[in-house]
Amino acid sequence: MVNAEPPLSLLLELTHKCPLQCPYCSNPLALERGGGELDTAAWLEVIDQAAALGVLQIHFSGGEPMARPDLPQLVKRAAERGLYSNLITSAVLLNAATLAALAGAGLDHVQISFQDSEAAGADRIGNYAGGHAKKLAAANLVRAAGLALTLNFVVHRHNIARVPDMIAMGEAFGAGRIEIANVQYYGWGLLNRAALLPTRAALDACTAAVYAARERLRGQMVIDYVVPDYYAAEPKACMGGWARRFLNISPSGRALPCHAAETLPGFDWPSVREHTLADIWNGSAAFARFRGTAWMPEPCKSCDRREIDWGGCRCQAFALTGDASRTDPACELSPDHAIMAEAAREAERAAPEFVYRRIGANVGAAQS
Amino acid sequence: MSETARIPAFRRGVKLRFDTVRDTWSVLAPERMFVPDEHALAVLKLVDGVRDLDGIVDELAAIYDAPREVIAPDVAALLQDLADKGVLAW
Ligand code: SF4
Ligand code: SF4
Repeated sequence: MVNAEPPLSLLLELTHKCPLQCPYCSNPLALERGGGELDTAAWLEVIDQAAALGVLQIHFSGGEPMARPDLPQLVKRAAERGLYSNLITSAVLLNAATLAALAGAGLDHVQISFQDSEAAGADRIGNYAGGHAKKLAAANLVRAAGLALTLNFVVHRHNIARVPDMIAMGEAFGAGRIEIANVQYYGWGLLNRAALLPTRAALDACTAAVYAARERLRGQMVIDYVVPDYYAAEPKACMGGWARRFLNISPSGRALPCHAAETLPGFDWPSVREHTLADIWNGSAAFARFRGTAWMPEPCKSCDRREIDWGGCRCQAFALTGDASRTDPACELSPDHAIMAEAAREAERAAPEFVYRRIGANVGAAQS
Repeated sequence: MSETARIPAFRRGVKLRFDTVRDTWSVLAPERMFVPDEHALAVLKLVDGVRDLDGIVDELAAIYDAPREVIAPDVAALLQDLADKGVLAW
């Protein structure tokens, strides 16, 4: 077994409940219902164990984490344990009172997702009328409270032309950081890929706008940028490598090396209801499965980038080739790389309707 | 304001903290963390939003028993680098 360094970062999916229905949501297609969620005591225990294990940053996410009334209590515990806390929110439930409770609990950073720079497009993507206006109000409250703020924009073919406006929004809010993140095509995003993937030309224009803004705003605003793998020559170092830095806990307490890992077949995901985080991280077969380089096939096995990108994303390899242990098709050295170009041709055609993210959506029909 | 009287401060949401599990200092920021090298750490420990560049150089000159003129340009460059990375406002 590969000797595991302790994890740096922990993401808690506190709930899958969310007022929005983004068609690229990173939650699994099979959403967890409220009754299956861990209770407050169990989450507090996870936070204690994480700090002792060596986690430095904790992300409160969902679904919409603010749908959990115990969120301030969890944030407070994280602060007491010295963890850097980040709230990843749609912000439609954020108001002066809920924010004051979180700030008082010691929250370090708030990341608000925006679906577009303008209300019509944003509310259509989230399928939530009035959502964009609520987010703008929430972002103002976060600034006024003196908390660090990131605006996160998820980019796809319906809003990619407005990336310069998104950057301007970040400047107008005085955000220390924004994210221009192209949709990642797993789960709901993969299901809606033909409706979302931008063309190569649109992506190139977006990339040029981001690079120019980075230069102009150096020292003022950090711009993190994520491109879709479909136009890349090299894969991303997904999660910094399988079970190397990061772990994710699902609403019901399943521990995962990334939020999409439940899509992989043949795994028995350990639960924090039955095991400690230390046992899961250091001793579970699931976390050891793709850790390090020993599992790699060619061309990764003898590639000098194998400890840079760790062979790319296991979930993408499985979703596109049916085999989680193959080289990520995003890599141009992968024998499956042609799949990416094939998918990119979808982007030139008319966009189909969205399959919105909701519990009980007719996912099967849309897939076929 | 003269360059030497400028006061660096941690940006909102950025923290320097000791990591007891790994026995090192870490800079924690939104979606980022890194272990500062020895020089950056020495400077970051003196950044408190009150001390100006002059003050930081004085302290370092005393700690390392080195001439101010030698240290000052290096410290200014280091602060600029940390500002470019979004760690400090400077
Ligand atoms: S991506 Fe959209 S639907 Fe999914 S949790 Fe975030 S705001 Fe809710
Ligand atoms: S062959 Fe494997 S290790 Fe090499 S660049 Fe491609 S994905 Fe990375």
